[in-house]
Amino acid sequence: MTYREALRLALAEELEHDPRVFLMGEEVGQFEGAYKVSAGLMDRFGADRVRDTPISEEGFVGAGVGAAMLGERPVVEIMTLNFLLVAMDQVINHAAKIGAMFGGMVRCPMVIRTPNGAGAQLTAQHSQSFDQWFASTPGLKVVAPANPRDAKGLLKAAIRDEDPVLVIENLPIYKEKGEVPLDPDFTTPIGLADVPRKGSDLTLISHSFATKRCLDVAEDLAESHGLDIEVVDLRSLRPLDVETVAASVSKTSRAVCVEEGWPTYGVTAEIAARIGKACFDDLDAPVERVGMAEVPMPYAKNLETAALPGADRIAEAVLETLEGSR
Amino acid sequence: MTVHASPAEIETDQLLGMLERMYLIRRFETEAERQYKQAKIGGYCHLSSGQEATCVGTMDAMTDDDLLVTGYRSHGFALARHVPATEVMAELFGRVDGCARGRGGSMHLLDPDLGYYGGWGIVGGQLPVATGLALALVRQERPAAVLCELGDGAVNMGAWHESLNLASLWDLPIVYLVVNNIYGMGTSVERASAEPELFRRAHAHRMVGERIDGDDIEEVHAATSELLQTARDRHRPAVLEALTYRYRGHSVADAGLSYRDRDEIKEHQERDPIKRVRSVLSERGVEDEQLDAADERAQEQVAEAVEFADASPEPPLDQLAYGMYAKGSDKQFARMRPGSPFGERELVFDAGLGD
Repeated sequence: MTYREALRLALAEELEHDPRVFLMGEEVGQFEGAYKVSAGLMDRFGADRVRDTPISEEGFVGAGVGAAMLGERPVVEIMTLNFLLVAMDQVINHAAKIGAMFGGMVRCPMVIRTPNGAGAQLTAQHSQSFDQWFASTPGLKVVAPANPRDAKGLLKAAIRDEDPVLVIENLPIYKEKGEVPLDPDFTTPIGLADVPRKGSDLTLISHSFATKRCLDVAEDLAESHGLDIEVVDLRSLRPLDVETVAASVSKTSRAVCVEEGWPTYGVTAEIAARIGKACFDDLDAPVERVGMAEVPMPYAKNLETAALPGADRIAEAVLETLEGSR
Repeated sequence: MTVHASPAEIETDQLLGMLERMYLIRRFETEAERQYKQAKIGGYCHLSSGQEATCVGTMDAMTDDDLLVTGYRSHGFALARHVPATEVMAELFGRVDGCARGRGGSMHLLDPDLGYYGGWGIVGGQLPVATGLALALVRQERPAAVLCELGDGAVNMGAWHESLNLASLWDLPIVYLVVNNIYGMGTSVERASAEPELFRRAHAHRMVGERIDGDDIEEVHAATSELLQTARDRHRPAVLEALTYRYRGHSVADAGLSYRDRDEIKEHQERDPIKRVRSVLSERGVEDEQLDAADERAQEQVAEAVEFADASPEPPLDQLAYGMYAKGSDKQFARMRPGSPFGERELVFDAGLGD
């Protein structure tokens, strides 16, 4: 099953499971989803529960907030994370703060799901990874599945969660295939990282599409250099599973963190700081970070490729870290 | 301006009760300003003296099942909706017995049990939220409507247009109450809005827009009742623009005299909404003593509120993160909290996540 199909299955199961759940967003209904995640769902569940919206992100994200406050379970689709920026006020100032600001008397159990990801020459305003903006906000939870299994499991966990959860999907892996449990009660726990590849020489830490890259690099370096690299997939950016990261780095003594966002103040900055504290005595080399070049994404294919943390750059960082070991 | 042919006359007893709440708001706001100057109240403190007829007239047009959402100038609406003055004052004092447990302050009052889903501090930010509450009412087939208050300054936000569009497109039971007190902070409606007759904006969204005298409590009550009824019965949204005036500055920190003069304020005070209700009641034969007694009871309530707020403890420090996440979420955060081997000292997450 593809990543896209896994998301669709999660939505269908939750729409079936709980009458309070409804999906809304641009083109989710008649058009069957801009990226076809919701294909067939309006036919099956009706236009009330799979609700098309105008191009009006602030309006319908806020409507999701209000509906959630009355106990509905809205799943709001944003066509791409880039458009979530125009609804930032509703996410940061409203959804995230309701619980604390109102003394715990009102909750906001909503899901915002949105694809993200670069590599299709979509240029500066459509290829942005702002995961860290949201993940640094108390009151929100942020998850970013890297494979079909977790796409289903994390989306279902998000819908069943009592708090606002941002589910960051990924465009380039919508068509990736993988094993997906068909059990309708299968969920992936929020706040737990995964270790999809065990190893002893170095830990690669990443999330979403970058995890796939890291797994490929680990395989390549095993073949070409005989290296045994462990890969940690964060899965949740908030809550963050620092324990799994620290346990891995304590074992391997070396870490390279990878993200598709700008690294300054980014996810890798956070992870590197956590490793610095938790694994200070275990480290044999400085923690290295690989992120997107700190430029607005260019259009030209060669420039775009150069800006992204591709396999070459990750492999280079791994080898340099190993060389620099004490 | 739409003139309501026959404003439903409010029964004398009810009107007396309304007068008492108008006094309560007036006395409460005067006291709030005094307490602010004594540093018992911090942050921003937006007072609504002069706007009492709009507050009380609209709130009495709502049923118990209707829902209220407001912006940040909310004391008057909260008191008119019967949120206890003690809890409102305690909230302004930042105390644990406040209606938001001391976490919201002046701009974030609420009382979900009374259908009051919050004062919100971002201009226009509450509009999409209120629209979503109306959507939930429809989905839950509840025979109720949302009254969403905003100031005249909010109608130039994108959120206003987006909310009206959704509400009309989706047939949602919501009335957007524009409290037009002429100034968005210090900028007058004429200087801020290309169409200063704000109710006309509704027409672009094919919904009813009406302008009323917000200082005439009977007119406020009649127009709000009618529009809320239409919202409940036919799921049609509306815009109600209430023309009123605030006597004090934008907030307690603003003297309110750099963009208007004392004559202008005096002119409005001559048409004071409380005086107007008093004269209606006098004409109906209510004695002055009875009217004064309403004021006295209001003053007693305010004194009691201050005493209550003063006696209420500060929120406990070990519950700094209280309410931020729902119960059960602490398990998800177990791997990053202080006390776990890798927690950071800055992450205050020790206790009291929620009920």
